[in-house]
Amino acid sequence: MRLFAIYTVAGVVNGMVYAAVALALVMIWRATRIINYAQGAMGMFTTYIALVVIQHGVGYWAAFAIALAAGLVLGAVTERVLIRPVESQPPLNAVILSLGVLILLEAVAPMLFGGQTQSFPAPFSRIDIAAGSTQLYISPFDLFSIGAVLVAMLVLFVVFQRTSLGLRMRAAAFNPEISRILGIRVGRMLTIGWALAALLGALAAILAAPAIFLYSNNMDEVLVFGFTGAIIGGLESPVGAVVGALGVGLALSYVSGYVGSDLAPLGGLVMLIAVLMVRPQGLFSFRGHRQV
Amino acid sequence: MSGRGAAAAFLRRSTLVRHGLFFLAVAAILWALTWFVFDPFTNNNVAGVAIYAIAAAGLTVLTGLNGQVSLGHGALMMIGAYTTSVLLQWHPDLPMILMLLASIATTGVAGAIIGIAGARLRGPYLAGATLSLAVALPQVPTHFASLFGGNQGISVPPAAPPDALTSVTPEQWFAWICILAAVITFFLLANLVSSTTGRRLQMVRDNEVAARLAGVNVARTQVLAFVISAVCAGLSGSLFAYWISLTSPSGFTLTLSLSLLTVVVIGGLGSLTGAVIGSFIIVYLPAWTSGFASSANLPSNVANNVPLAIYGIVLIVAILLFPRGIAGGAASITRLATNTFRSRRQTSTLPGTTAPPQQ
Repeated sequence: MRLFAIYTVAGVVNGMVYAAVALALVMIWRATRIINYAQGAMGMFTTYIALVVIQHGVGYWAAFAIALAAGLVLGAVTERVLIRPVESQPPLNAVILSLGVLILLEAVAPMLFGGQTQSFPAPFSRIDIAAGSTQLYISPFDLFSIGAVLVAMLVLFVVFQRTSLGLRMRAAAFNPEISRILGIRVGRMLTIGWALAALLGALAAILAAPAIFLYSNNMDEVLVFGFTGAIIGGLESPVGAVVGALGVGLALSYVSGYVGSDLAPLGGLVMLIAVLMVRPQGLFSFRGHRQV
Repeated sequence: MSGRGAAAAFLRRSTLVRHGLFFLAVAAILWALTWFVFDPFTNNNVAGVAIYAIAAAGLTVLTGLNGQVSLGHGALMMIGAYTTSVLLQWHPDLPMILMLLASIATTGVAGAIIGIAGARLRGPYLAGATLSLAVALPQVPTHFASLFGGNQGISVPPAAPPDALTSVTPEQWFAWICILAAVITFFLLANLVSSTTGRRLQMVRDNEVAARLAGVNVARTQVLAFVISAVCAGLSGSLFAYWISLTSPSGFTLTLSLSLLTVVVIGGLGSLTGAVIGSFIIVYLPAWTSGFASSANLPSNVANNVPLAIYGIVLIVAILLFPRGIAGGAASITRLATNTFRSRRQTSTLPGTTAPPQQ
């Protein structure tokens, strides 16, 4: 029972990081029908920027804010400069383009920031809290990670559901032609969508870095697990992405705890195949949304 | 009809003979080059191009012809490489052809399983499932270390030329084997593309509903495409094990799977020529760029990553400049040139008529 509690908490904490990545992927998918395989690498890059800022004696929180802002800019620039030309082309071209961005970022990062693996600071203790005599198996930093992702999700929910900008972005994603006729600047909405998604990716990367360390492809697995979660959830649904990613986090944690940490990715694969065998379009997606 | 005309007409009709003659000629030219011209280093690179081209050709059939995206072909190559390596560990005396056939068999079975699981999945769902396979499978040898050698991997002895051929270097011998394997693979796939099965694969890609109405079993066709491409990946993986002489999980990273797909797309999706062009790029680009980087006296963390950075830039630029791949770009340039030439000739002799429609 004690081990189960430990694995469950670890699964939820990792799952929240995967959820941020999954949500970023779903936002971009809904807006542009593109999977951004460079999402993880973009987060890795902004985390390196934060590390440089911290090494120059600026505090963690300023670096945190700079990393998120850098994510915002990186996402907007990527969409405007690289993705825009391939949006009307066959879907595979966008896949290759985002793989190109992924490879380029993972090559440029060690050129700029050094090739060796670096540790990344956490703003709170990573030692588990004890309430009186009972261990809680969760650290202050874990609580901060969960809280930060929850706040980001809440902010995005409010932006999308309660502001006129969010309404315009949803309209642009739902029907670009009609939106254009109604005077919505669809291109700009897509840029903003990519920027917000990249901000989420930057958040996931900076929260993951203390545990997985910082090196050029440290986010590869996080991206794959986030993507797995997004697919399980059905790619169309933000709620599905979060549920799917939490499921992946728990599955990986149980497999690595009870079977062996080597086989954790295999657990993710088995879970993905099992869900897709029953529902090929994911848990929270309807047949009508399926894109061939 | 003259004898020459009859022969030409026969060639035009018989795809099998035409392809057979073409690939025999290619094999002969490559054999002559490896035998008389190339140094051992170049022969080693030629073997590498042939190995990547085999896997890329298989992926061309799956992704280009049948429209199924696989981000996990490195995992299939890995199954082929491990089949060969484990068998060689048990029976070092068995001939190489048995190793290649065994690898083809195991990856064929694996491809059928993945194909059946993937037949209901489309677009990003299939991409995600295969991506997850590419990440998960390299962990298996680490976990079952007693069978697969763990993280250290299994060393593979080089393919030595037979004793009768004393003047053949090991590099030449291995390059010949790879060229022969590649030529046979390309011959079979080129025939497949223009066969009924090839048309069926394309029909499923272009319009599933129409294919079903025409009596094509969509799911079976998709599984078949997966098996064909897996078999190619297995053959390529088996040769890959001999080529790098060490089979370990670190040889089959996510990057390998991703670069196989990029090879197929930037070469020209659906074109077997494109698979060869892409394979040249992936073998020669790192060789050229790392040579340039080491001669430019850069710090090691910069120099080590120059090939990767240039590869990323090549991918981005190639997609932006040639949306239909390099082979597609070249084809449209030649078509433009011949069209201009023909219409000019046409108008000078027969004013008023238009150029015949291009095939």
